[in-house]
Amino acid sequence: MSLTHIVFWTFSALAVVGAAMCITRRSPVASALWLVQTLFSLAALFVVLDAQFIAVLQVLVYAGAIMVLFLFVIMLLNLGRAGPSDLKGPAGLAVATLLGGLLFFQLLRGATPSAAGAPAANVMAQLQQEQGIVGAVARPLFSQYLIPFEITSVLLLAAIVGAVVLAKRKL
Amino acid sequence: MLLGPSLAVSAVLFALGVAGVLLRRNAIVIFMCVELMLNAVNLTFVALAQSLGVAGQIFVFFVMAVAAAEAAVGLAIILAIYRHKQTVDLQNINLLKG
Repeated sequence: MSLTHIVFWTFSALAVVGAAMCITRRSPVASALWLVQTLFSLAALFVVLDAQFIAVLQVLVYAGAIMVLFLFVIMLLNLGRAGPSDLKGPAGLAVATLLGGLLFFQLLRGATPSAAGAPAANVMAQLQQEQGIVGAVARPLFSQYLIPFEITSVLLLAAIVGAVVLAKRKL
Repeated sequence: MLLGPSLAVSAVLFALGVAGVLLRRNAIVIFMCVELMLNAVNLTFVALAQSLGVAGQIFVFFVMAVAAAEAAVGLAIILAIYRHKQTVDLQNINLLKG
């Protein structure tokens, strides 16, 4: 077992534990902080999978911006204290376990590597050696995928305007 | 190459996200579970990008942008609902219930 495998399985375990704690903690703040652990562990997995730039974005955008937004809203609404549990009763638990488990086995069956075709050589690592870690992502982003990239700016503007209109008391 | 294990971890995280959405009643926690599902899909994209080319990583970039926009608008909606109903418990938000 190489070091890569050890790192991969360590952070996989951390991510799964974080996700499991996130969906079972009673206090929304605890849930959010466990989700931060999952997001950080996923960033580490991205590094192992030759996506260093995406890993940095994951920490900055997800663990940084989006989770701060969540915590901000939780504290703004004063939901930080663990009130009466909002978990559904035994029936809800049974349905959630059943459907979650069913989906898991379906995904696992469809996600065997043979279904994805025989994995070729490590294309990403080769590309990164030729063009650099950021260049390998940035070059296609600003040439082949330029129009989606520009449309993203319109989407973000619409989201900003929408959030202000929705959250403001009186315009 | 860790394609198989990555897809398995991604499946676990996605299933946990779905279970969380079904299990909880707090709107904010349900929203966090949706983010968890988005992240599980991102892991799939990155794992497949390793052998199939850079397009997967580009797509993760766009998924993150859409998730950020969705989080901003969704949390604003939750704020507006809280102002209206004084609660974010979905049990009490049942105007569309027949």
